[in-house]
Amino acid sequence: MPTEILMPALSPTMEKGNLAKWLKKEGDTVKSGDVIAEIETDKATMEVEAVDEGTLGKILVPAGTNDVAVNTPIAMILADGEDASALKDGKPAAAPPPKPAEAAPAAAKAEAPAPTPAAKPSTVQAPAVPVALEPEVPEGTELVTMTMREALRDAMAEEMRRDPDVFVMGEEVAEYQGAYKVTQGLLEEFGARRVIDTPITEHGFAGVGIGAAFDGLKPIVEFMTFNFAMQALDQLINSAAKTRYMSGGQVQVSMVFRGPNGAASRVAAQHSQDYSSWYSHVPGLKVIAPSNAADAKGLLKAAIRDPNPVIFLENEILYGHSSPVPKLDDYVLPIGRARVVRPGKDVTLVAWSMGMTYAIKAAEELSKDGIEAEVIDLRTIKPMDTATIIASLKKTGRVVTVEEGWKQSGVGSEIAARLMEEAFDYLDAPVMRVCGKDVPMPYAANLEKLALPSVAEVVEAVKAVTYR
Amino acid sequence: MAVAQTTQTAEKASPVAGNGAGPSGAVKIAEFTKEQELQALRQMLLIRRFEEKAGQMYGMGLIGGFCHLYIGQEAVVVGMKLAARDGDQMITGYRDHGHMLACGMDPKGVMAELTGRRGGYSKGKGGSMHMFSLEKKFYGGHGIVGAQVPLGTGLAFANKYRGNNAVSLTYFGDGAANQGQVYESFNMAELWKLPVVYVIENNRYAMGTSVTRSSAQTDFSKRGISFNIPGSQVDGMDVRAVKAASEEAIAWCRAGKGPVILEMMTYRYRGHSMSDPAKYRTKEEVDRMRTEHDPIEQVRKRLLDKKWANEEDLKKIDASVRAVVNEAAEFATHDPEPDVSELYTDVYR
Repeated sequence: MPTEILMPALSPTMEKGNLAKWLKKEGDTVKSGDVIAEIETDKATMEVEAVDEGTLGKILVPAGTNDVAVNTPIAMILADGEDASALKDGKPAAAPPPKPAEAAPAAAKAEAPAPTPAAKPSTVQAPAVPVALEPEVPEGTELVTMTMREALRDAMAEEMRRDPDVFVMGEEVAEYQGAYKVTQGLLEEFGARRVIDTPITEHGFAGVGIGAAFDGLKPIVEFMTFNFAMQALDQLINSAAKTRYMSGGQVQVSMVFRGPNGAASRVAAQHSQDYSSWYSHVPGLKVIAPSNAADAKGLLKAAIRDPNPVIFLENEILYGHSSPVPKLDDYVLPIGRARVVRPGKDVTLVAWSMGMTYAIKAAEELSKDGIEAEVIDLRTIKPMDTATIIASLKKTGRVVTVEEGWKQSGVGSEIAARLMEEAFDYLDAPVMRVCGKDVPMPYAANLEKLALPSVAEVVEAVKAVTYR
Repeated sequence: MAVAQTTQTAEKASPVAGNGAGPSGAVKIAEFTKEQELQALRQMLLIRRFEEKAGQMYGMGLIGGFCHLYIGQEAVVVGMKLAARDGDQMITGYRDHGHMLACGMDPKGVMAELTGRRGGYSKGKGGSMHMFSLEKKFYGGHGIVGAQVPLGTGLAFANKYRGNNAVSLTYFGDGAANQGQVYESFNMAELWKLPVVYVIENNRYAMGTSVTRSSAQTDFSKRGISFNIPGSQVDGMDVRAVKAASEEAIAWCRAGKGPVILEMMTYRYRGHSMSDPAKYRTKEEVDRMRTEHDPIEQVRKRLLDKKWANEEDLKKIDASVRAVVNEAAEFATHDPEPDVSELYTDVYR
């Protein structure tokens, strides 16, 4: 049966083109790869190669023809043993050229159960992500006061004892014992095979960690600070976050990227930035930012076990803060669940990580003025526990968010938008955002203080939304 | 002025200058047995016919987006794979269809991914540049130039961590060889003695920019020198030379001596992607490569010269390969698109 050569498309957007020239004539022998014609569009000229072997039996579209529609048969190729009699009427024995791009979705429709307008992709509902409940800490459990730094170290050590596939890599994590001493003692216990000092090469070692995770290991990649993770952003987003999806679920990237995030003190613009909202933008990533030792331990253990890539944002100033941690064999907290830290009826303050220090102090100040603030520690930025915020809003009618990050496209903006979309009727005042100022972090002590949020600003925002 | 100079240099640089020398520097000539020749022929033909069909289907609007064909470079991946053993991993950039077929992935699943159908390796959600098969140890399929190099180094890290003696075959092009993360990877791979063969497929053009217009050091086998990584140039159009160099490189890695660089001197016949008219090189240059260095013709000629096969035998092989490719195309044309419910799956687990 003769084979048709169809007018090809140079790009998915091309609909027609000009047949500039035939390089073979009727009766010529052609084999795969032979250039048989040239076609042109307004953008480019392109050669048409034969895919099939045989004899050029008939040219259906002569050279110089303009505006030939894509997929129009332009010539017929005769296979070995066929002669021109197979070309009656200059038409192929085969059916007219298919319109595969349309035929295919039709086939899909036939498969889909009862197609309705609601079945359009744009209206497919994202499945609700189930989140585990906060585990009960048995009454009488001993509480051990420790720093956040120690809690993080204990979390890693416990998980490394539990799972031989877990290892830590990063700058100064081993022999130096951690630039901020978070990995102190790990080299001694687990050895250089599992506690690995890297060169200063964030893009490279982030990629190496992700490659190891492709193969089933469970790396903890420490960034000395998240400021330097900017060098690795492509690997974090394009390789870690998207690979499960791009592989149709085959390849898993079960790993943690952790390190201090946000402003430390007097280290100026390039070393003082909050990345909470940046990473929370990306599907495929989970983002955690704890504010105290117990949450740091329970959530880091959960992050290490999680089958997805987790961005774990710590804070240099909080490393030295001490708080009680339940003394349990295996204290693991659910990712994606906020916690009401302080109950109140007049306003809801939502914060996380360092923002919690402002929120808690502001709540204490406000209490003196007779305003009882409910304080929510978000703990996980993505997936966000909107339900807990809405439940609180239903009580208070007012929400103020607190973060060190910049205002535009910040996490507070996301919370405000969700509350408008999902709980508009419960809002008695606009949601207010207390954020870092819209400037690179200044070095001078007085300016740095001004650039960060303050307790006074939180108090002021609360007074504004409570109309006091 | 500058352009004229560049053209001259390009003329001088032979695409097949390599000698197949491995890390030891010894020149290897690997004669193939009849069975090896036939195996290489079948595999290279499968890739070529598959890619020709993919180009055709792209022209018909069945394949969307970008589509980077491997035609001309078949000997590289086939020769490498002939030297590898089960358990060795493979990872590459976006010109990846040949690698997947060489790994033994089902042509139907690959073609159906190209057409974005549910039977594709990524359920239609990855496309031409993003396909994986953990079963066949193929780790993608990466669309960001150079990103696969640290990832492939990470696969090698996992091999060393587990002590499983497997080797990571990490492919990238002459264009990617100028990315910074490549050198970050070289440094760590040699520092930690990771079992990774860096296969630089030098097809002479990074999209439209020739090697001489983009690279201060155009001998990519030397790009590891400052890291103490041995490298050699290989005639990437001769599947025997590729296999010989690959065997030596893989043995070096398995012996725990660290990474190796193999620069494969090769050539792509088609444009960078389907929408590239390839105006940056002459027709004569392409024709010369096709007629004088074609990797498949070389094998066919040897088979005929040695009377290991006649034209009729070779036609039969071609027909059987075409049948496989046509079956794949048929499947990929009629397989349904993914169910709409797949939109939200595989984001998290």
